[in-house]
Amino acid sequence: MSFKKTARTLPRVGDGPFFRRALIGIVLTLGALLILAPLLIIGVEAFSKGWQVYRDTILHPDTRHAIMLTVLAALIAVPVNTAFGVAAAWAITKFDFRGKGFLLVVIEIPFSVSPIVAGVAYLFVYGLQGLFGPTLDAYGIKILFAIPGIILASMFVTAPFVARELIPLMQAQGRDLEEAATSLGASGWRTFFSVTLPNIKWALLYGVVLCNARVMGEFGAVSVVSGNIRGQTNTLPLHIELLYHDYQAAGAFASASILALIAVFTIIAKVALERQGAGRVRPAANPAENAS
Amino acid sequence: MKIRLDHVVKTFQTFRAVKDVSLEIESGELVALLGPSGSGKTTILRMVAGLEFADGGHIYFGDQDATDIPVRDRGVGFVFQHYALFPHMTVAQNIAFGMEVSKVKRDKAAIQTRVAELLHLVRLEGLGERFPAQISGGQRQRVALARALAVDPKVLLLDEPFGALDANVRRELRRWLREIHTKLGITTLFVTHDQEEALDLADRVVILKDGHIVQQGTPEEVCREPKSAFVMKFLGDANMLPAEVRDGRAHVDGAVIEVSGIADGKAELYARPVDLDWAASGPGIPASIARVMDRPGGRRVIATTGSGVPLELDLEPERAVKAGDTGYVTLRRATVFAA
Amino acid sequence: MRRNVLPGLRLSLGVTLLYVSLIVVLPLAALVFKAASLGPQDYWQIVTSSRALASYRVTVLAALGATLFNLFFGLALAWVLVRYRFPGRRIVDAMVDLPFALPTAVAGISLTALFTTNGVFGSILDSYGIKVAYTPLGIMIAMCFTSLPFIVRTVQPVLEDLDPALEEAAQSLGGSDFAIFRKVILPLLTPALLAGVSLSFARSLGEFGAIIFIAGNQPMSTEITALLIFIRLEEYDYQAAAAIASVLLLTAFLMLAVTNWLQARALRYTRRS
Repeated sequence: MSFKKTARTLPRVGDGPFFRRALIGIVLTLGALLILAPLLIIGVEAFSKGWQVYRDTILHPDTRHAIMLTVLAALIAVPVNTAFGVAAAWAITKFDFRGKGFLLVVIEIPFSVSPIVAGVAYLFVYGLQGLFGPTLDAYGIKILFAIPGIILASMFVTAPFVARELIPLMQAQGRDLEEAATSLGASGWRTFFSVTLPNIKWALLYGVVLCNARVMGEFGAVSVVSGNIRGQTNTLPLHIELLYHDYQAAGAFASASILALIAVFTIIAKVALERQGAGRVRPAANPAENAS
Repeated sequence: MKIRLDHVVKTFQTFRAVKDVSLEIESGELVALLGPSGSGKTTILRMVAGLEFADGGHIYFGDQDATDIPVRDRGVGFVFQHYALFPHMTVAQNIAFGMEVSKVKRDKAAIQTRVAELLHLVRLEGLGERFPAQISGGQRQRVALARALAVDPKVLLLDEPFGALDANVRRELRRWLREIHTKLGITTLFVTHDQEEALDLADRVVILKDGHIVQQGTPEEVCREPKSAFVMKFLGDANMLPAEVRDGRAHVDGAVIEVSGIADGKAELYARPVDLDWAASGPGIPASIARVMDRPGGRRVIATTGSGVPLELDLEPERAVKAGDTGYVTLRRATVFAA
Repeated sequence: MRRNVLPGLRLSLGVTLLYVSLIVVLPLAALVFKAASLGPQDYWQIVTSSRALASYRVTVLAALGATLFNLFFGLALAWVLVRYRFPGRRIVDAMVDLPFALPTAVAGISLTALFTTNGVFGSILDSYGIKVAYTPLGIMIAMCFTSLPFIVRTVQPVLEDLDPALEEAAQSLGGSDFAIFRKVILPLLTPALLAGVSLSFARSLGEFGAIIFIAGNQPMSTEITALLIFIRLEEYDYQAAAAIASVLLLTAFLMLAVTNWLQARALRYTRRS
């Protein structure tokens, strides 16, 4: 009788050692070239003119203003969007009503719409040639080429972010807990905060993190509605474009390095939240499910 | 095809699932591997199939050492516990799969004819174009069997074949599987944790516990001569009474029964509910009736002995007993094991 | 239909409908309204102008190329991440999200820096006579970058949940690795691949930030449709911008519909009779 140190297991499709190594090799090489290299080049270019230029760019009033504006946009757009996402998920998963499927499709629309199209669409609502533009202008309210426009456009592009994390999860959790809590006499708010929220907190945070990253990084939609006024309506991504076209490549990359850092933190937060189980609920119609 | 397992060992990480199992299955036999979960029965089945590799020992198919033959070349038909039907293929496509990917090329017409034959055999004519999601559990089970038979396996292996079905379907499919086995005569090994299923269906039952074979034999042998308290208990309801063996006799709360081959000292006496009877007067084990449960075939009585041991008795339907009666439990037959 | 017993329907549905109406539906309706106000003749003339047609051509071709590339690369990446264990796998898995997390403008300037003729990759490619930056190839590479995660992330969970018993069954029936992949695994991945492909394609059609830096933006050759809309805006030609934007919008809706239809078709076997 012989004992082997590691038990042999059944080789699955693609487990041949040559195929395996070749595929891992190809994928990692392409991944390094297409994903890792762009990240690394930001650091290289940002410091290409030395630490001093980097420091000067970051501390320049225009950059600081762009950072402030980006943060401000996120501080408003993300909480509003979160409230919407929670409301939408509650309505869709806890109740039955006609047109639910259609509502779901409408919520997802911003995912398939080009950010430029979104920006243009806002022009025709709040711009001078738009629906409300002339009226608003008469009252001296400025939405386009100002901060409100930036926030509205950000809200459009990120509308599905929180809702789409919550809906599949709350669908899977069902209504039993909430119905039990209500039958015990808890109010709606009480039920939400002490029964629902603890079960969805990681998924909620996950949606918030992704939403935040998108708001801070949004370029296309914002560039249409912001008016690109230096030191006034420039968010960080727009500021990068401005510097880049001003032939201040090092400055552009220095500003980009801040956003790249946020992106890296976003990914770290995402991984941490995934360990808590967020982002793991699978669509109901999973084709891989055994037919049994 | 005769199957022989020779000192087979399987270890998962540090857990030894199968410990030194040797077993022979004669050509054309229908054998059940019976045991509780974790007894290693499924691992043994999967090693015979080639879905797991033994860490030690050998598996022979006839005279050929099959230990290292990969599953795709081993020529076994395997029916998975949850059937593992390909959900994107119709019933007919599922059955045809093995013939289509085979190294032996068959033309389309031949495959179609064979699929029709198999659909007839498993009585699913007319369902060939359905998808697995569109048929019942029992039907899926039969599709899985037809798919496994399509490749003309030398050996048929079934993992908990009726586990996922409800009781009525299960009994019907059991009879039907037996018929198919009689018709085809293919060596068949199946795994179950349901003793009734094993006893109903198999020519021979192999009982496993903690990776060991504890007893094997025909259903009659294992029922009439259980070799251990575990087998006794696992095969059906059994009452246990602590006993004392002196001079070849077991003494239990006033009752005495002849035993052989058991040394003097403490022992355990096992009796099935039908092995016990109730009498208003002695001799017997003094007891009082705690509860009577009526069933279509008779009355199940729960009686508590003087020393507080609860016993279950099966009495005929017309026996007039009720809770609160006192009297004596008598032994028709019993099996004694040294404690 | 179940009776609704929980509280909060009015409030939550009210908030949802208000938000969706104001933030999503109203602007898109305004855009369609604006484009429709042009009249069919003018509309047709604008959306079929040679410059617009050239922009559709380069956008669609580059998006097709990028999606095709990502179909293979994304599937391979998902496969490697799910099926194999190797050092650094978790890091690679996390890095797949970088194109989603990295702002498009940042991606745009860094890809440009890599692929210009004096960049790290560009200089090497240039010595073989391949120009990437300021050509349609550059547009395609930017699209590859921004849409890569879609296919990986739609295929990965399905691959993870693939019942190992299906492959075991196929092996026990004598299937070779290639046959099992082609007849069992690939068909089961198809709905997810379709979903990923359509998301990836839609994203590529609409992408702006990552492309404009690397594209060169020459009318008739390297000017994408999203940029043409932007240029019309800067020229204060709002109607033309609306018309061309409506073309992109309709394409996006069409993509959604086609995808849903394809997916339903690919999943028809899961329907009970």
